[in-house]
Amino acid sequence: MSRRVVTFIILFTLWCIFSGMFDAFHLSLGVISCLIVTLISGDLIFKNKKVTAEHVREGINFIKYIPWLLYQILLANIHLAYLVLHPKMPIEPSVIQYKSKLKKDISKVVFANSIILTPGTITMDITENNEFIVHCISQKVADDLYTGEMEERVAHVFNEDIKRSE
Amino acid sequence: MILLEYFLNFVIIVLLFLGIFFFFTATLGLLRFPDFYCKLQATGKGDTLGAILILLGVVVYILKEDFSFATFLVTLKILFIIFFIFHANPTATHAITKAGLDSGIIPLTKEDLKK
Repeated sequence: MSRRVVTFIILFTLWCIFSGMFDAFHLSLGVISCLIVTLISGDLIFKNKKVTAEHVREGINFIKYIPWLLYQILLANIHLAYLVLHPKMPIEPSVIQYKSKLKKDISKVVFANSIILTPGTITMDITENNEFIVHCISQKVADDLYTGEMEERVAHVFNEDIKRSE
Repeated sequence: MILLEYFLNFVIIVLLFLGIFFFFTATLGLLRFPDFYCKLQATGKGDTLGAILILLGVVVYILKEDFSFATFLVTLKILFIIFFIFHANPTATHAITKAGLDSGIIPLTKEDLKK
């Protein structure tokens, strides 16, 4: 399917949800405004000209990835709550470099956002040669990142091959 | 039926309390942690989970009060807010951290803390 058609369908679904009125007047207003937006900026959501089964599979994989991410966020917050409420505040801040093998832009974005959301780590920068500079609040979370589980899951979502060579 | 109502009320209260708890730890972390980046660690995460939990509590409350198509639409809208927070919060955290890094704030390390 052409990307403009898919963009129009997405926009119109959103219109229906947000307006909540299903009479002819409001629906036709929705069709007109969605058409205008699609004509002007129909090339923003999808990069390729055609929407293929590949996109659908990535979407489904991403939805499967979300429960695991939510679980990790919960762990992150419990760990952080422990650090905050502990009287001595046992933090060991450090900055580490993590060499990633992800290639697509979108998977780098998802990986960076996931790093920020999960245990005590913030992505500070991504350098030209694909190194994530990550600020860690304690040694434990840095070790967790080095196991590379999250990177593998992100790679699986976007169908990338990142076999560890070393 | 009354049991179901009690159960739903319990779920709502637990969700709201957990949300408030994580907001609380985030704020406390913002006040207690020693340097710029550590303070951001606390707010970037606690806020996300706190807001998501409180909004989920609101969703359950709305659906419990009146289960109809209209409230279902409201639920969808709240889910879109959650989706937005889920994306905007880490991105904003990263932007602030990057700005700090670019303007040359040096992160504290373990050795600094021992002194």
